[in-house]
Amino acid sequence: MIRITHATKVYPRTGTAVDDVSLHIGKGEFVFFTGPSGAGKTTLLKMVYMEERPTSGEVKVSGTSSITARDRDVAQLRRRLGIVFQDFRLLENRTAEQNIAFALEVTGTPANLVAPKVSRVLTQVGLAGKGTAFPRELSGGEQQRVAIARALVNDPFVLIADEPTGNLDDRATRGIFQLLRDINAGGTAVMMATHNLELIRRQEFRTIEMNRGAVVFDTAENGGAPAARAE
Amino acid sequence: MRSLRDALITFRRSPLLSALSVTTIAFSLFAFGLFGLVTLNIRVALERLEDRVEIRAFIAETASPESMGQAAGDISAYPEVSSARIVTQEQALGRAQKELGDFRDVFEGAVLPASIDVTLKSGFRDPATVKRVAGRIKAFSFVDDIRYGEEWIEKLYRLRNIAGVAGVVLGTAFASVSMIIIGATIRMAVLARAREIAIMRLVGATDAYIRRPFLIEGLTKGIMGGLLALLFTYVARSIIDRYLIETVFFDRKVALLGLVFGAMIGLVGSAVSVGRHLRRI
Repeated sequence: MIRITHATKVYPRTGTAVDDVSLHIGKGEFVFFTGPSGAGKTTLLKMVYMEERPTSGEVKVSGTSSITARDRDVAQLRRRLGIVFQDFRLLENRTAEQNIAFALEVTGTPANLVAPKVSRVLTQVGLAGKGTAFPRELSGGEQQRVAIARALVNDPFVLIADEPTGNLDDRATRGIFQLLRDINAGGTAVMMATHNLELIRRQEFRTIEMNRGAVVFDTAENGGAPAARAE
Repeated sequence: MRSLRDALITFRRSPLLSALSVTTIAFSLFAFGLFGLVTLNIRVALERLEDRVEIRAFIAETASPESMGQAAGDISAYPEVSSARIVTQEQALGRAQKELGDFRDVFEGAVLPASIDVTLKSGFRDPATVKRVAGRIKAFSFVDDIRYGEEWIEKLYRLRNIAGVAGVVLGTAFASVSMIIIGATIRMAVLARAREIAIMRLVGATDAYIRRPFLIEGLTKGIMGGLLALLFTYVARSIIDRYLIETVFFDRKVALLGLVFGAMIGLVGSAVSVGRHLRRI
């Protein structure tokens, strides 16, 4: 489903961000990406949703290759991906519903389908009663739920979450993580970058540890505990 | 619909810059319009004058009526010539007396030379053609002297060309400035909506979709500038018409062309800018 083959990303100013990474992520998998800041997690995820293209090597996502994809192909690919960030990236002047509907409107979803889809995902993320609230009226955890709802509304085959709990307290973190697990249980793959070792330690999910742009540990290959756990 | 609404929002968000871009487009087209009007009116004037452009070949007294008749026949066969008429000495005198009215007495007992008066077909009345035909007529041995298109017709032609060139040069300069200003407004609009655009990209909106409201914005400003320019030009023409000389205005087709040109300035200016700045988000 997602195949990364000898992908390297070099930025002209800051140097190598991802260094010869090869990975395969299967359908419905839950994968943690961990490692220190600057390890290349974010860049790797960016290459998956093709915000960045590898300097060499290839990233292939559900048939779309980083080598051949045109801008239009990338737009089409992203309609089947869900992307979530640490800073939520909601539009402040729109309600929760409108933020979610936005993702449907700008991809040309027929108007009569928007409301039922929005209401379905709001329920799914546990915000059924808060659709008319503006982001500033919601807690951090709730804002992240809106962002996740927006990511889910187009029924993605993979949810890419870059530090989704980075701005949240423990309770909210557990809530969001549980939500991601539920989403994964529904068949959607999840790729989640996180610093939260606590979270990883308690799970049995595949964990990929990165350092200085390279994969230094992958439970799928090594079978044992990742370095992060051993700490 | 959404694109149109988005486009209108920018007018509210930066009214000063929007007004500035509309005004520069208007001035650019106004420059075209004003000089275009001068060119048009000189052309109309020239057309009226051209009807009167005539080559008059004065005939030596020694020429026989037969050779004159034959020459007139030959000349009227030139492709540029519409008629060639022989004016005898008596007719010339009569005409001069008639034209002078009360002062006809000065011609008492005078002898005026006979001539062949040649009129040209329309389309062959420009200075160069007149000069060429006159040259050929002059080659007849019995032609003493030849008169044609006064010097001021040539001057009028030159004035028309200068007005045309000035209009194009000034208009182009203004058009470039307005494209730059449109580009700057679009840039502000793109940056103001950077967050929204980034999210659109993430959820898979195409670049064409993201671009559309900005292009509509440019187009709308261009059309507004065009309308304003048309108004300016019309007012200017009315003032000239009322206080200076009678003038004609553009016909509907040319006015529409002005609007289209305004729209193009707006569209190109915004397309270039939006393309450049979207890449940076």
